[in-house]
Amino acid sequence: MITSRPDKRREKRLIALLLLLLVVLCAANLWFGSVSIPTSAVWDILCGGEGEKEVWRFIVLESRLPQMVAALLSGAALAVAGLLLQTAFNNPLAGPSILGIDTGASLGVALVMLFCGGSLGLTESTTLTGFTAIIAGAFAGSIIVLGTILFFSTLVKNNIMLLIVGIMVGYITSSVISLLNYFATAEGVHSYTIWGMGNFSGVTGEQLPYFALSVSVGLAIAILLIKPLNALLLGDRYAANLGVNIKLTRNLLLIVTGLLTASTTAFCGPISFIGLAVPHIARLLLGTSNHNTLLPVTLLCGAVTTLLCNLICILPGESGILPINAITPVLGAPVIIYVIINQRKIQYFN
Amino acid sequence: MESTTTILSAQALSIGYKTGHKGVKQIHGDLHFALHRGELTCLLGANGSGKSTLLRTLAAAQPPLSGEIRLEGDDLTGLSERELSRLIGVVLTDKTQTGGLTVYELVALGRQPHTGFFGRLDRHDRQVVEEAIEAVGIAHKAHSYMAQLSDGEKQKAMIAKVLAQECPLVILDEPTAFLDAVSRIETMTLLHRIATSQNKAILLSTHDIEQALVLADRLWLLRKGCGMRCGVTEDLILNGDLDSLFDRRDICFDRAHGSYYPSVQWEKEIVVEAADDTLLHWTINALNRNSYGCRIAPDGDATSLPRLTVTDAHTLSLHTAAGVQQFATFATLIEELRKPM
Repeated sequence: MITSRPDKRREKRLIALLLLLLVVLCAANLWFGSVSIPTSAVWDILCGGEGEKEVWRFIVLESRLPQMVAALLSGAALAVAGLLLQTAFNNPLAGPSILGIDTGASLGVALVMLFCGGSLGLTESTTLTGFTAIIAGAFAGSIIVLGTILFFSTLVKNNIMLLIVGIMVGYITSSVISLLNYFATAEGVHSYTIWGMGNFSGVTGEQLPYFALSVSVGLAIAILLIKPLNALLLGDRYAANLGVNIKLTRNLLLIVTGLLTASTTAFCGPISFIGLAVPHIARLLLGTSNHNTLLPVTLLCGAVTTLLCNLICILPGESGILPINAITPVLGAPVIIYVIINQRKIQYFN
Repeated sequence: MESTTTILSAQALSIGYKTGHKGVKQIHGDLHFALHRGELTCLLGANGSGKSTLLRTLAAAQPPLSGEIRLEGDDLTGLSERELSRLIGVVLTDKTQTGGLTVYELVALGRQPHTGFFGRLDRHDRQVVEEAIEAVGIAHKAHSYMAQLSDGEKQKAMIAKVLAQECPLVILDEPTAFLDAVSRIETMTLLHRIATSQNKAILLSTHDIEQALVLADRLWLLRKGCGMRCGVTEDLILNGDLDSLFDRRDICFDRAHGSYYPSVQWEKEIVVEAADDTLLHWTINALNRNSYGCRIAPDGDATSLPRLTVTDAHTLSLHTAAGVQQFATFATLIEELRKPM
């Protein structure tokens, strides 16, 4: 007889803790910044008050709030994209940046930005058309790279070899971007370079709804795929035997990962390590590969991690904002190294 | 061939691959067979004889080139993925990524064909999962991670998964391939018990002929280029069908002991007398290995040959022209035999 029941308390406590952290970090992202605004004033502005100074109101509502939401959404999107890739490729070391998917998105963005002139950079003045062009470019680029990797995955069965193929595809894409830069105008290169450093502050209040919409659609489809994702842990042939339509599921996974990676990359630049490291943090904290709980926890962990990174970026205060890609590897790389060193002890690796 | 217990039958089945545009690589043609509820059927054959292709075709993972497979009366190729997932369960040798799932979570995956869109388990599902885990005897490990299980226990968990799927037909591809001797016997015994007690048709491919001959209700013998022989195990053994399973002259089948052995190229001959069958069997084994051909109950012309009399395991007498030598062990006997005469 199976008498004992699995312990669900750990899951519940973890989710409560992450939600608490999320709220605290959201608040911290609104409270801190390069301009010092008193706590009471921030609260007042958020509650719809006029605020003591018009400029404070502008900073909180038009700069800090969109930046906070952008960080939260990007983190959730990239972390979930990473988890989907790791399950789909049967490879715990897969991720949007390692497989060159965000480089693909970058290439799409570069093509649009550099060849439609510097005016199409993601600035405040970007028109809706320019914007759609950039997102479409990023989506096309990421889907093409994903499709290429997926094609290679049918030829190369070895996981490590497939990762190396992904890295090579990433290199080729990067060199195409370098060539594009070489031929582009100075303004184009400038706006591309600034974008390439990764920045959550680039998303304006008007852009935010579009960003939020595309990320929400991606995350919603990901949540609908939880059942087939669990079956895919057994591999394609077992999953097919459990009634999963492999082709449809793989195509949906491809589109969702492309959409999530492309929209974050288009709006905030290529952000490394979130997609690779956060699913591991979530698995280690949660102690299961079951997507029923792993997917929501990964989503929350992603949001918390990027909010933390963004907070670190704005900590220098008046001297300016650090690029996000200076922070994420410092947090992400040690996680991956820890996971690789301890892989024999970590259940989901075996 | 059709009977009330038949769950799957194939008529004039041709299996193989489509290569390129119109090319077809047929591996076997004109196969006729049936699978029955409540029976364990073992598919035997050398590597490359087409075992995996046949299993894949039967599991509807690859279409037949021609011919017909009927599963519970319906044409196999006409069934939807969802219908198939409730009729045929498989256990494969594929590498999985399930180390981070508990046994319970893994077995619960077997309920996917029966659960709704989000895969939520209701009370009945949980009961089926628990019964499956108990049936394979790993209830004490139900909440352990897959990564913490031994290879034998992992295979039992996969079998529990397929039981939770509640399919009347279960197909296993070399389920004992990576297991040690004890786990092999346990797994095969378990499968035979499940076939009988749960009235399932179980088909498995294996290289473990010894266990298959003990536990299989029916054997399917697949030989490259020669089609497939099907029948109840003992009929096939006694009809000599196993003698030609492997297309090799230097490998023979020992009907008395149900095992294959390399045929002997002997240089010398010896007459053997032993007190019982066990002594005789192992005496011949030792002599064959040392290049001696054995004569049992020889004709008159054998009087010039040396003669070995084995009364018990410690009384071995070697009669030669030079006289009689006594040995207390096979070690000393073999040492003597190896000396140049």
